[in-house]
Amino acid sequence: MLWGLGVLLLLSIALSLFIGRYPSPYWMPPQLLVEDTLAQRLVVNLRMPRILVAMLLGMSLAGAGTVMQMIFHNPLVEPGFLGVSQGASFGAALGIVALNASGLGIQAAAGCFGCLGLILSYSLATRIRYGGWTLRLVLAGIAVSALFSAGVGMLKYFADPLTQLPELVFWMLGALWGVTWREALTILPVTLLALAGLVLARWRLNILALDDATALSLGSAPARERLALLVASVAATAAVVSVAGVVSWVGLIVPHLARRLLGADAQVALPGALLLGGTFAIVCDTIARSALPGEIPLGILTSLIGAFAFGVLMMAQPRLAAQAR
Amino acid sequence: MTRIAEGSPMIALSAIRFTYDGRARTLFEGLSLEIPAGSITAILGPNGAGKSTLLHLILGMLKPRSGIVRLDGRPRHTYSRRALGRLVGMVAQTESIPFSFTVTDYVLLGRAPYLSPLGVPGLEDVRVAEEALARLGIEAMARRAIDTLSGGEQQLVVLARALAQQPRILLLDEPTAHLDLGNKGRVLRLVQEMVADGITAVFTTHEPDLVAAIADYVVLMRGGQTLAVGKMADVFTSQNLSQTYGVPVTVAQVAGRRIAIA
Repeated sequence: MLWGLGVLLLLSIALSLFIGRYPSPYWMPPQLLVEDTLAQRLVVNLRMPRILVAMLLGMSLAGAGTVMQMIFHNPLVEPGFLGVSQGASFGAALGIVALNASGLGIQAAAGCFGCLGLILSYSLATRIRYGGWTLRLVLAGIAVSALFSAGVGMLKYFADPLTQLPELVFWMLGALWGVTWREALTILPVTLLALAGLVLARWRLNILALDDATALSLGSAPARERLALLVASVAATAAVVSVAGVVSWVGLIVPHLARRLLGADAQVALPGALLLGGTFAIVCDTIARSALPGEIPLGILTSLIGAFAFGVLMMAQPRLAAQAR
Repeated sequence: MTRIAEGSPMIALSAIRFTYDGRARTLFEGLSLEIPAGSITAILGPNGAGKSTLLHLILGMLKPRSGIVRLDGRPRHTYSRRALGRLVGMVAQTESIPFSFTVTDYVLLGRAPYLSPLGVPGLEDVRVAEEALARLGIEAMARRAIDTLSGGEQQLVVLARALAQQPRILLLDEPTAHLDLGNKGRVLRLVQEMVADGITAVFTTHEPDLVAAIADYVVLMRGGQTLAVGKMADVFTSQNLSQTYGVPVTVAQVAGRRIAIA
């Protein structure tokens, strides 16, 4: 099953290289790569980095979603909802409007504030004196996200309507237009390192999904290990959000799809979520850049296609995972 | 009185002082207790007596303000986490399993102390897990999702996970609280078998009859105090139980076993 998902990912990468609006809408014959230098440059300089970033985006959001759902014992958590997405948006807005920052500066600000969003949500949740742990996390996430979106709104209001505001709005729409090798290579080390960490700890994640006493009795250090995985997840999420903006639903839906297809054991479900997430984001982004003469914001497509895929899979008969070990 | 039996104890608490954060009342003040190896010890007392707290102090979930917990003669804090994982297993009161793991996946988690933090279970681990399932007679459930099982079946699966952990000390917090008579019997028999194989079991309960059924030793607790400690036959008396529960309790003999009637 996992191999199948891997093949699916490679297939989507390969096809996506030849889908676009050059030389005519939807399909570029492969032999053009030999004959046409413009086609070569287009594929190498535009489509390849964009496909790479889309894959990293899908993998990071799906991986972070899986990790967070498991360590918070809550299947409704997604990487953005704990204040990370809104925090990163605020950071990017701050970078664009207040600091007049360039690409790297915006990315750094988005990354830092994404992490800050999570830290605020988490520490607020531990202090709320109402409801169980899950409810407190939900409430804290909502509160911190609201706080940061108020901040984003304020920065939008103060932004220069001719230069800064368009940049901010484009950023917030969640899209990969304008992604080049520079962006791809900037986020590559962080995301690759974080994803490698998650994959290495994939079985351990099961232990950290248990309650504290049981996890401790199994020889783990639950608080410390959860924090390490959380930091890796947030780092990857913040990195891709800083380049792509807020792309919703991937981090919530894909982990569910992976568990549905492969079973709950994270040893299989986590790599499955990464492969599925990568494929899903590449498919959505390919549609986003080739379906219409103008770009469709990626976030709209991930929600639209994700919601349909989610509905269909959840209504289908559950098939228990064939143990892939 | 702290010493229950001769010989070196498997678990020894000395002069434990413990207060929950943010609470004025000190729960344990100078608590000392020794639990003999290879026995079943019951911690019996009403709700709020400090039974679960005591288990969590032994496990290391909670840290005493002062005093020392020794396991197999060595202070608890001198063990590595993995070594502790191989030494002490825990069956919590209600173990929430939020995702639909298959039974085998879940039982395999018991192998964690034998793997490195980034390790994944191998064939030998799978064998141990399957053996644990077979021992409880639930190998037919191996492929089923845990959330499709009944509460009693789930408790058996949790025990199988603890069995796969192969600990030398097994702590059980209210192990039969939600079980019907049949599953209660199965759980108790398994604990007795594990102890016959050499492990030391400590369980908490507020049901006196459970104590009479399997315990070798009894610790009676009330309000953070140990009221009586010793062999079951000596401690399980009308007078002690009346004092523990604060209502008149009569201990009667039925079919060769003691039962408590309030």
